[in-house]
Amino acid sequence: MTSTPTRSAGSTGLRAERVSRTAGGALVLDGVTIAPRPGTLTGLLGPNGSGKSTLLRVLAGVLVPDAGVVTLDGDPLGAVPRRTLARRVAVVEQHAETQVDLTVADAVRLGRIPHRRAWAPATAADEAAVRSALARTGLADRARRSWRTLSGGERQRVQIARALAQEPRELLLDEPTNHLDIQHQLDLLGLVAGLDLTCVVALHDLNLAAMYCDHVVVLREGVVVAAGPVEEVLTARLIADVYGVRASVTRPEPDGRPHIRFLGTAHEE
Amino acid sequence: MTLSGTAAARAGAGGVVKVVGVGAVGVVVLCVSVAAAVTFGPADIRVADAWSAVASHLGGKPSELSPIRDGIIWNLRLPRTLLAAVCGAGLAVCGAVMQSLLRNPLADPFVLGVSSGASTGAVAVVVLGVGGGVVSVTGGAFLGALSSFALVLLLSHTLGGSTDRVVLAGVAAMQLFSALTSFVVMTAADAETTRGILFWLLGSLSGAGWTDVGVCAAVLAGALLVCGGHARTLDAFAFGEDAAATLGVSVARTRLVLLSVTALLTAVLVSAAGAIGFVGLVLPHAVRALAGPGHARLLPLTALAGAVFLVWADTLARTVLDPQEVPVGVVTSIIGVPAFVLVLYRTRSNRSTR
Repeated sequence: MTSTPTRSAGSTGLRAERVSRTAGGALVLDGVTIAPRPGTLTGLLGPNGSGKSTLLRVLAGVLVPDAGVVTLDGDPLGAVPRRTLARRVAVVEQHAETQVDLTVADAVRLGRIPHRRAWAPATAADEAAVRSALARTGLADRARRSWRTLSGGERQRVQIARALAQEPRELLLDEPTNHLDIQHQLDLLGLVAGLDLTCVVALHDLNLAAMYCDHVVVLREGVVVAAGPVEEVLTARLIADVYGVRASVTRPEPDGRPHIRFLGTAHEE
Repeated sequence: MTLSGTAAARAGAGGVVKVVGVGAVGVVVLCVSVAAAVTFGPADIRVADAWSAVASHLGGKPSELSPIRDGIIWNLRLPRTLLAAVCGAGLAVCGAVMQSLLRNPLADPFVLGVSSGASTGAVAVVVLGVGGGVVSVTGGAFLGALSSFALVLLLSHTLGGSTDRVVLAGVAAMQLFSALTSFVVMTAADAETTRGILFWLLGSLSGAGWTDVGVCAAVLAGALLVCGGHARTLDAFAFGEDAAATLGVSVARTRLVLLSVTALLTAVLVSAAGAIGFVGLVLPHAVRALAGPGHARLLPLTALAGAVFLVWADTLARTVLDPQEVPVGVVTSIIGVPAFVLVLYRTRSNRSTR
């Protein structure tokens, strides 16, 4: 599913080391360390309020950690110019909204902003990147459609196309499948899993995580409680611990990936 | 792939040519509008007369016009028409920038309370005699506008700094300064002064002189450069501030720079011509409906449209009830609203097609 990492030895990609962050006086992240493996899809799991979104925003450089450090190839994010960062790390938000009447191609072209200088017109490289992003997300035939007329699933696809137009090596997605029906959830995660990028995706649905993620990191109240290959981490015991839910985890054929069947909340026993 | 690549590159170049073409047409329309507007009104002046007057003042051969007609052209009509063009361009661009930056379609150049601050400053000078004769009405209006903007920045920063807080702080400042103006006018002004102030509040270009034109044009040129340099940054705000940040935009700095530049330009324009409404609120929407949302195209075209629009609105304002003059703000709304509805109506269908 994932291709061999293409980066040179010694470059470490995006890492967070012991980052903490408070919001409104409460500690949302408490000494979180995460080092997504290059070229793989890492799932970020945990109940609501466990700090998934905050961790993604810290990784994206939108939020500055109160303690700890986020590094890109060993350089602290604070020392990386914003535009350089935006050419390297792209973000897809949970629910993108705009009042501007954009076409699909307009929205994808936004991804070229970090590559372009003020006053300069779009180059052939810009147009090629936009075309390639539209093709990879299966949107080439909808480039002239108005954003407003798109379904939720199509809108998320456009956001991924915009992110790809940035030509990043790291892609961060914050619950991109919320508000989507099951077909579009599978469709979207299949697309993300097929990308030759280092992806970190916050997810609610444990079975979706089990289907598509190589690794998972589980957060509870701002602390990493488990991290590793998805089949090792997603156990009935962890699910009971973190979510307070009884579950049975099986490994059905053909791929032997975990399948979670929920049996009820912990206090129903 | 390479073939379609060059086709796309050509299409891109064609887009640039098209924008430059539309821009060139706009500039020609503006020049023709200014030349024509100078000839409208009493005293039967032709375009050729205007040319010879301009030529003689710019160091060419002396014109054969009578000093009175020369004065009408050079001291009254031309500065007034040019100030209309500069104000129209400036207000429209400020509106376009504010709407994108604050992500609010109802934002206009006066959303930060700059116009009400200006009126309070002007009233303080005219009615209360603040400044002891040293500060002119224009200067008072300018200082009032800047105080209002400073108050808005301070308030929005204290309240949390998000864009909706900026808009709410602007509304608060607008209400405060309007109330102060009304209070001063009601308690201290006589009927004659009140009438003069009212005219100024609605906007008027009747007092235009060359100094106003020079100052406003210089500030407009600077503001256009800064805003033009931020055109792509403004595009990045389409999906909000976080999205802009992940596209490499320094959100806080951009907002401070653009709010300050637009507030400064608005303050200068309002001190020269009063609070001319409608142009900054509605023209950006009309141009966006026709030219699309990209700011590299939107900003220059909005400036041209605003300039042409206000030149004609002011020509109407001074000729339609001649010799009486209608406040130009009244004219902008009366002819602008139907035109705006027409634009919205005509662009309705192709905006909703799948």
